[in-house]
Amino acid sequence: MMKYYLEFEKPIEALELKIEELKRISDGKDINLSGEVKKLEKKVKDLRTEIFSGLTPWQKTLLARHPDRPYTLDYIPLIAEDFIELHGDRRFADDKSIVGGIGRIKDTPVMIIGHQKGRGTKERIRRNFGQPNPEGYRKALRLMELAEKFKRPVITLIDTPGAFPGIGAEERGQAEAIAVNLMQMSRLRVPIIAVVIGEGGSGGALALSVADRLYMLEHSIYSVISPEGCAAILWRKNGDFTSEDFSKAADALKLTAQDLLSYKIIDEIIPEPVGGAHRNIEQTARSISDRILDTLEDLRAKTPGKLVEERYKRLKKIGSFVGEG
Amino acid sequence: MAWFKKSKELKTDKKVKIPEGLWVKCDSCKEIIYKKEIDRNLKVCPKCNYHFRISARERIKLLVDEGSFTEIDATLASNDPLKFRDKIPYKERLEENRRKSGLAEASISGEALIEGHPVMIVIMDFSFMGGSMGSVVGEKVVRAAEAALEAKKPLIIVSSSGGARMQEGIFSLMQMARVAAAIARLNDNGILYISILADPTFGGVTASFAMLGDIILAEPKSLIGFAGPRVIEQTIKQQLPEDFQRAEFLLDHGLIDGIIDRKDIKKTVSKIIELLA
Repeated sequence: MMKYYLEFEKPIEALELKIEELKRISDGKDINLSGEVKKLEKKVKDLRTEIFSGLTPWQKTLLARHPDRPYTLDYIPLIAEDFIELHGDRRFADDKSIVGGIGRIKDTPVMIIGHQKGRGTKERIRRNFGQPNPEGYRKALRLMELAEKFKRPVITLIDTPGAFPGIGAEERGQAEAIAVNLMQMSRLRVPIIAVVIGEGGSGGALALSVADRLYMLEHSIYSVISPEGCAAILWRKNGDFTSEDFSKAADALKLTAQDLLSYKIIDEIIPEPVGGAHRNIEQTARSISDRILDTLEDLRAKTPGKLVEERYKRLKKIGSFVGEG
Repeated sequence: MAWFKKSKELKTDKKVKIPEGLWVKCDSCKEIIYKKEIDRNLKVCPKCNYHFRISARERIKLLVDEGSFTEIDATLASNDPLKFRDKIPYKERLEENRRKSGLAEASISGEALIEGHPVMIVIMDFSFMGGSMGSVVGEKVVRAAEAALEAKKPLIIVSSSGGARMQEGIFSLMQMARVAAAIARLNDNGILYISILADPTFGGVTASFAMLGDIILAEPKSLIGFAGPRVIEQTIKQQLPEDFQRAEFLLDHGLIDGIIDRKDIKKTVSKIIELLA
């Protein structure tokens, strides 16, 4: 499979191509270049570690949207067994940009719900680029309430540019669908664990992430607005934005997992393999499921009432202001 | 997010020389109208019934019994958690908006009486940073909801907002979840919440407390939605329908309970309280 390299990965690409070429040469003839290959492999590993430990917020944004980045449906078979996908909001449609269903993580039956972007043009269109319509949020809520009925924990995987801005979405109450999810998740009487796996795009992401624990993958982002949207509002140019503008906006928005941890908005960062989640999906999935299992262990002891009470207290703490009433 | 800032102020005075302040052009029907006539009419266009944006203070006068309003949480102020800077630092922008609007923040909250009924109210003011919701607006809604729950009084919120406040980043986004959770507790305890939508109400405000009212009312012709019309147009590359995102459009699509003229709002709210609370 052809790998896709982002701009800042180009030096890595050059080295990896060279390694492949050397391997090919040593395969074909009696030349043994394995020493040389080893040296280069060490070099590429160091280079990758160096590049990925110093990513800027904009580079992280690009990585969070990397076309090879694993999506919800890539993770589910790796973290859950016996998964059965469930469809539809029972009112209007089955939104394919949000998927969900029941399955088992180790021995625990859970409800898993997540945004789903598509890979490849056709699939992307089918998944509406991971931008849900109201039906998606209503399907998600239906599944969460199903989980509540059978006392199953809810796991959500967050990865969306945002809720879809369209005529139909407005006609069918996009804002209402999101608002109701926020409200109902805050009082759902089973544990909710949310993991941002890629892009946490504004209200469209929030509508699946009101939770008892909120985690983010190391190179994921979470923001009130995209860097592009922010740049457009701040600098109001007509079209001609450069990646420098986006870079400035991404800096200003403080949207990385590391920023959000420092603000105590998320509970923990789940590490990714060097080079990003797509470099080793199995390893990333293991890290996610380990975190989920530990957390479920923690939350299991709490009564539904206590769970809801503590969730409200968590939310209440988030704010930054001065002065008293 | 604040898509509705200062867009159309500059257009009018080119062709027609209008003495400053005497005449006003209606945003909706574009008629030129004598300003005093509009003022006498509760800032409603006498030609087309468009409800002009009014300040939170003016709204309080229209909504509650005279002299009954006591403000709470008046000193809450944003403290710039992101150290955000656009053209100017966020702190300066806040200062500038305080000077310009005479308000401490984009909402005023407190207790009041509506035709004798004790209520908690939160009124948003679009003139303060587009009525955007940051930590302070979120906190004021949460505290008003908690006070309503405590005192078993109805909560009334008048929204007018471009959405979540970009300058407070993730803190603004999280306010949506906070206020929704506070409203959930009203639902669990049988407390009435009436949401009134004024022009314009968008983004993170619509997608949180504004659409969670037991009863949702809107002023005539108000623009209300999730995504701003410009964003939608750019995304789908189609012209939007005539009435799109107007209060009448929302009523037609089953998203709100009714459209109420400004002059009738107090009476209507009072009646709802009598019937439900």
